[in-house]
This record gives sequence, C-alpha cells and structure tokens, in this order.
Amino acid sequence: MLHLFNKTIASPLPSAGRAVIENVSRRSFLKGTTGFVVALQLVPFDTAKAFDSYPTNGLNMPHGVVNDPHIFVAIDPDGTVTIVAHRSEMGTGSRTSLPMIIADEMEADWDKVKIVQAPGDEPKYGNQDTDGSRSLRHHIQPAREIGAAVRRMLEQAAADQWGVTIDEVEANGHQVVHKTLGDRIGYGELAEAAMALPTPARDDLDFKDESEFRYIGKGKVQITDLHDITTGKAIYGADVKLPGMLYAVVARPPVVGGTVKSVDDSAALAVPGVQRVEMIPGTSLGAKFKPKGGVAVIADSTWAAINGRNALEIEWDDGPHGSFNTADYRKELSASANAPGKSVRSQGDTEDALKNAARVLSYEYYQPHLAHSPMEPPAAVANAADGKCEVWAPVQSPYGTRVDVADYLGMDEKNVTINVTLLGGGFGRKSKCDFAIETAFLSKQVGAPVKVQWTREDDIQHSFYHTSSVEKIDVGLDENDKVIAWRHRSAAPSFLSTFVPDEGFEHEIEVGMGLENLPYEIDNISADQCKAMAHTRVGWYRSVSNIPRAFAVQSATAEVAHELGRDQKEFLLEMIGSPRILDWEAAGLPQKFWNQYEPYEEFPFDTGRLSNVIELAAEKSGWGKSLPAGEGLGIAGHRSFVSYIAMAVHAKVDDDGTVHVPRVDVAIDCGFVANPERVRSQMQGACVFGMTAAMHSGVTFENGRVLESNFHDYEMVRADNFPEAVHTHIVPHPFSVHATGVGEPGVPPFLPALANAIFNATGKRIRDLPVGDQLRT
Amino acid sequence: MATIKVNGVDRQFDGDPDTPLLWFVRDQLDLTGTKYGCGTGLCGACTVHLDDVAVRGCLATVADADGKTVTTIEGLSETGDHPVQVAWRDQNVPQCGFCQAGQIMQAASLLSANPNPSEQEILDEMQGNICRCGCYQRIVTAVRQASTGA
Repeated sequence: MLHLFNKTIASPLPSAGRAVIENVSRRSFLKGTTGFVVALQLVPFDTAKAFDSYPTNGLNMPHGVVNDPHIFVAIDPDGTVTIVAHRSEMGTGSRTSLPMIIADEMEADWDKVKIVQAPGDEPKYGNQDTDGSRSLRHHIQPAREIGAAVRRMLEQAAADQWGVTIDEVEANGHQVVHKTLGDRIGYGELAEAAMALPTPARDDLDFKDESEFRYIGKGKVQITDLHDITTGKAIYGADVKLPGMLYAVVARPPVVGGTVKSVDDSAALAVPGVQRVEMIPGTSLGAKFKPKGGVAVIADSTWAAINGRNALEIEWDDGPHGSFNTADYRKELSASANAPGKSVRSQGDTEDALKNAARVLSYEYYQPHLAHSPMEPPAAVANAADGKCEVWAPVQSPYGTRVDVADYLGMDEKNVTINVTLLGGGFGRKSKCDFAIETAFLSKQVGAPVKVQWTREDDIQHSFYHTSSVEKIDVGLDENDKVIAWRHRSAAPSFLSTFVPDEGFEHEIEVGMGLENLPYEIDNISADQCKAMAHTRVGWYRSVSNIPRAFAVQSATAEVAHELGRDQKEFLLEMIGSPRILDWEAAGLPQKFWNQYEPYEEFPFDTGRLSNVIELAAEKSGWGKSLPAGEGLGIAGHRSFVSYIAMAVHAKVDDDGTVHVPRVDVAIDCGFVANPERVRSQMQGACVFGMTAAMHSGVTFENGRVLESNFHDYEMVRADNFPEAVHTHIVPHPFSVHATGVGEPGVPPFLPALANAIFNATGKRIRDLPVGDQLRT
Repeated sequence: MATIKVNGVDRQFDGDPDTPLLWFVRDQLDLTGTKYGCGTGLCGACTVHLDDVAVRGCLATVADADGKTVTTIEGLSETGDHPVQVAWRDQNVPQCGFCQAGQIMQAASLLSANPNPSEQEILDEMQGNICRCGCYQRIVTAVRQASTGA
C-alpha cells in the first residue's frame, strides 16, 4: 500500500537498451535489442488538443514515472502492438487498464494489442511499487503521453512515406489515413519507420478529445487475462516450473524473533522424496522483509516437503515476544488510548471545551490484528546459479524485491532478475517479499532451482499483520446539544516497527489515514497518537489505518446522532458542514495534512465532495424508508487514497443473530474514471472484503503464537452470505478532475456503515471487531 | 501403481498413494490450473471432477482416483468454451483470478447434475469456494447465465 521514505526525488534514468519482453506467464525470457531511450519529465504546457498536465506524487516516488514510448510500446510488422504492463496485477485490473489507455490514445485496435509484464526494473520503467491505490492515479497521464507519442510517430512515418506534412494525415483505427486523399497505411507497415523516430517532445503531442475515446471510460474492455484465467492457463507464483526444480516448505518460528534451539530432522529425512533440510537464519522485529528464518525441508514434490516438515522435531527459543497475548494487549492499548498521547492535531482548545461541556459522550472501539490471506498463499520460484539469481514471484514491488534479494544474497542488483507472475490477491501481503527472499536463499544453498510453497497455516501464522487498535473518541456537547469538541486518541502499533527500532508511535502515513484529518466543522478538535509497542510483524493491509479510523469516527458520529435523536445521515452532513477545502493551518496541524503524498493544491480535501457522495449513497438507498423489524440501513463516508466514498448498507439480522447484507449503495468520487467496469468490481470486492473484516477477522496471539490457522477459524465471507447486491454509483467527471485511488478506499466505509445498519436493525452497537458471535442469541 | 485418466489421457503414478490429487496434477502432470488454497477442503481452489463430480483435489487422493476419471480446468472443454467458462467471461467475473478455476469446476459440476438450480441451490453449492477478492455477485450471475442462457 505504501512506500516508506519516498522522499528521494529520482529522475527517470536513461537506460542502455530497449527491451522486447515476452510474457513471463509464457515462461519466456527477456531479450535486449538495440535502441535508445529519452525519458521525459512531465511539464505543464498549453496546446489546443492537450489535457492540462498536473503533478502527482508519482514524480517523487523512487524512480519516478517514465513516459517513453520506446520503453512501453513495440509494434510488429503484422500490426501486433505489444504494450508493457509495469505494475503488478493482483485483481484491480491495472494490467489491463493502463495498456488500454495507451492503446486508446494511440488509436490502436485493442484486439491487436498484446500485453507483456515487465520484470522488476524501476530505473527503466519508473516506479513499480503496486500499492497505495496509485497505479491509475500516478500513471494515467504518462499512459496518455505514451499513446499520443506513438500515434504521432506513426503519423510522422506515414507523412514521410507519402511525402506530405503531418497535418495532412491522421491515425484512425490501427492505420494512418491521408485526410483528403483517403490513402491508408496500417500500423504494421509503419512500425519500423515509426519506432525508429525519436520520441516527440511533450509540447508537440496532440491528445484525443474525451469524446474521441474508444475504450477509456467505456468499461467495455475485458481484462487481458480473462481467457487464461477461465481456462486454467494463467500463471501465478507457484505455477512456474524449472528443470530440476526442488520443492520446499519451511517451519518458521511460531513467535517473531524466535530461534531454533534444537532440531531433529531424522524422521523428516526418512520421508520418501525428502532430499535435505536447510536452516534459514532468524530475524526479529525491525528486519524489514527479511525472512523469519526457520527450518526448510526440500523434496522432490510439494507433498513430500509438507510431510517432511510435519516430521521435523523442533524446539524453539521464543525470545522476547513469547509472552505476547492478545487479551492483555487489548487492555494495554485501551489504557494507552484513555490517556493523553502525542498530539498530532490541536485545533481550538479541546481539553478546555471538554471540561466546560454540558456533557461528554465517550466511545471506545477495538480491532485486533488481521491477516491479509490472499487466496494464493505466498509462493515463489528461484534459480540462483553462477553468481546470478532469477526469481519468479507474485510480488507487489518487483524492484523492491530485486533490491532485497540482492542484498540478502550479497549479490549485485544487476545479477538479480525478478519476473512478475500474476498475483492471486495481494492486499498488501505481497508488498513484503520475505517469501521471495527465502526462495532465492534456498536455491543458492542447494544449488538448484527451488520453489517455496507457503501453506495456508503459514500464511495466517507468519504474516505482516494489519495493526490492532483501540480508538477512543470523546465528544463534547454544549447545553443546546451542539457538538463543541471532538477528541480522538488512537493506540495502534506502527508498521514502522517492521523497519526500524520500535518507539511505539506511528508513521505520518498512518496518522494521516483518518486520525489527523477529521473533516468536521467543529471548533475544537484534537487527535493524539498514544504509545503502542509492536509484538508481531506489523504491515499494511488493504486500506491500512483507514479501517479502524473510519470505523471509529463513523460509528461515533452515528452514536451521537442516535443519542441526540437525530437522523444519522443529516447529522453526519451537519458535522462535515459547509463545502470547503480543509485548511491544515486552521485545523491546528504543524504541517500540511498527509495527503497520500499527493500535492495538496492538486488533490485537496474537499468536504463538498464528501458530502455529495454521502447524499448520493443515501438517496440511492432510499434512506429514510421504513424497514421491517430486524432490518436497518447504515451509512458512512470516508476519504482515503484521495477518493471520496460513501456506503449505505442494508443489514438484515435474523433472530439467531445471523447478519445478511441484501444491498449496498456505494457512491464513489474518484475523479476521472478510465475503467468503470473495474471500479465496479473493486467496489463489489471491497464490500466483501469489508464484510469479512467486520464479521469474522481477528488474529489471536497466545504466548506469541497465532491461534488461528486456516479458514475454519479464520473465516471468510462466502457465497452463502455476502453483500448480495452492490450498486455502485460513480460521480462522473472529465479528465481535468484528477483520477484518484480505487483499490483500497472502498473498504473503510463498509465496516462502520454495516455496524450502523446493525444498530438500526437491532439496537445493538458493535464497538469491538469482529462481530463474531456478539449478536448470537 | 495407480492409473488415472486425466483429461482423457491415462496417467500412472507409483508414488505415495496418499498423495492428494491436487499435488499429483500440479507437480507430476504440470496441470497448474488447479490451485492450492488451504489444503484442508475449506476453500475450493483445488476443485476438480472425479468421475464428473466436483471434489476437493487437496482431500481426494491418488488412491481414491485409481481407475477413475479426473477432469481439471484444462480439460473441462477443449476450446475453453464450456457454457460456464463463457458465462464467466460474459460477466467479467474474475478479479485476481486465482480461485476461479475451482469456482468454474464447482459450477460446471452443479449444472451437470442440476441444469436448472434455484438461487438457493446455487448459493449452497458455491459456498464452499472462497473468493477473497469478492466476486460472488458476479459468480452467482454467471452460474445463472450458464444455466438459463440469460
């Protein structure tokens, strides 16, 4: 979801050669051909057929953005257009949507487009770290620039061939046409001459008018892997097979920071097919993505490796986190959140206002640690030989993986290749490449290609967990029941502890996800982060800290409304107040709101857009209608990943406490939408993901060990009870309204909207997640 | 020695007869469309047909399949145009796609036994197949399309 410490401003670097990349999923190779590269920086410009370029944080990400057509597009003599997808595909559709934008802007016929996946090479492709809901946000402009540049090169090549000026020709449907003579030349015929041309200057590019888009904004293009997925041909991490490959599973220390005290591997080695046992050095908190260590069993099949691991006898030394218990930890978080912490926002004088309030309403919310549990558990294949290492892995950050693998193996980065397979779900888990490092290390140790397969138990018990938190909210009312003060204290261990020695406080990213930026028009607002030490590996999980923050704030708002006998939607809109751009100075922040690192001037927090999606979701849901007993509507709105999303959730609670969600109305304002079909699928998915988190998810530690192990005790929403009808209402915008995040921001509003709906259905208020058996009668 | 007809071809295996079909088809036959998701029959990602009935490939063993017919996603249709596959594409069901082979095999099994399932029968049949991306709404629509053609 995020890239830490991304302050280094890196320019796209010229690279030594253009690469023709064949699809990793076809298990082919990277082969270089000669060519040259000119990397462009985005610069503002003004021509008649241009879109107004705007800066995004994509420019500040490591290795920035690259918009050179020679890097991203190749055209074969038969007209086949090959477009490189440099972001990892984990289900959001960016592997289709970005090439689709290029194809549209270059007037290519989508049926003649082939997509190939880039290996981890940020100096060449620009930033590839696929998280933070930024693929379209950061790359929609470069994609249009690449497409427009290729189109211009094709037009120039045709004009050259005909001996006319470029003004006399135009690209249209995979060919260039002479405007008056009607002569036509196909892209295939023009390919060689066109692609030999230098990259046109940004100022010389003509962009399509939005009315001329064939694919962008239409939602008619199917995901590029659809046929392969439905026929079993799509290749994920564990699907790569190399000659002579061995299969490994690893017994990892059950407690983070634990080490092997003793191991008896004689029974394991006696399992037919088991070839050897290898030790992986251990690490503790703060080791970034280095493996936890443990004992690897290497065999001639996955099944033999699993059986071999079952036969290991290991005595562990648990280390300093062996007394970590969820029940105690919750009390610790609660104590911390019920006292002043480190101030992250101080607007007005909240303490004084609370002291003088006619009454104070206080609410405390809790969420345990969560595991991402993508359907594809971590798996990777590696071949380390002759001082080089090639890896095939479902990783969200392929270049980060390359750097980390090189570092762990003591190799130069140029000797490490990371091929990116499809990801069978990511959700932030596959931002952490511990599984790829383990695989590379084992391959080096055994001197053969190795596949490491994580079992589901491994996945749930050795994750980088979503933070656990207690959110304490105190709301001060005056004698007229006007809200005069809002104090939010949050105690949640930070993912910083995964990178540096833990000090018990959050990174600005986490603080910025709904703690410091309450968009309410109240005179006195304060927010504190309260100390919380990590005792397990904490990592980002789809939507990150927005989940507990939106849950707390949007639940508390409905609770106050109920207390005051007010309509929850009207009260929420009243709290948000007038349409305005949030002013960080007036809000009592020492610096600008953390804004997903996007420039605030370009992506300001516009409360009018937030109120608008709340109104829209409410209206579409029939807010205010009467419902039968046991049913209720709940609403919540939250801005995250620079997008505004509100959800009205209809809950139906059976007499035995079973919760159903017959309908959800999602209103989303994510700026310009390139692929509405995938926006809808992401919103459907966000509701299911949110329902799982709300109803079922919780990882429980006892003596440092995770008790849950598989889908029987770490449950998922299933087809027999899911949000049945998700209606997504997209606020339409032209391209000038900047595209913002989609993959993550759908999750946070779902949980409080569901909790509010459950309350309205039953009168029972959910403050502890997950709901679990709380409603059971 | 077990003999199993997989996607129409006789295959032999003389390894551990307790080897789950999942690992047999993946590791021995390179049929990687069948996925590992949980290993305990809880998620359905490994669903294959054993004599035309959906089973979890992580629970059914090579011994269970000896002398029988196994169909994996690769063998469901020669052209990839089984009505369930077509419906899946028409409805743009997948997100990440990892669970979809199992979902499709489950749905195909349901429809071969019960060509016109009720809404509840669809939900009951498909509840064993987890989709973490949350494609259920489209899965149900696609099963209905494959069943009724609309």
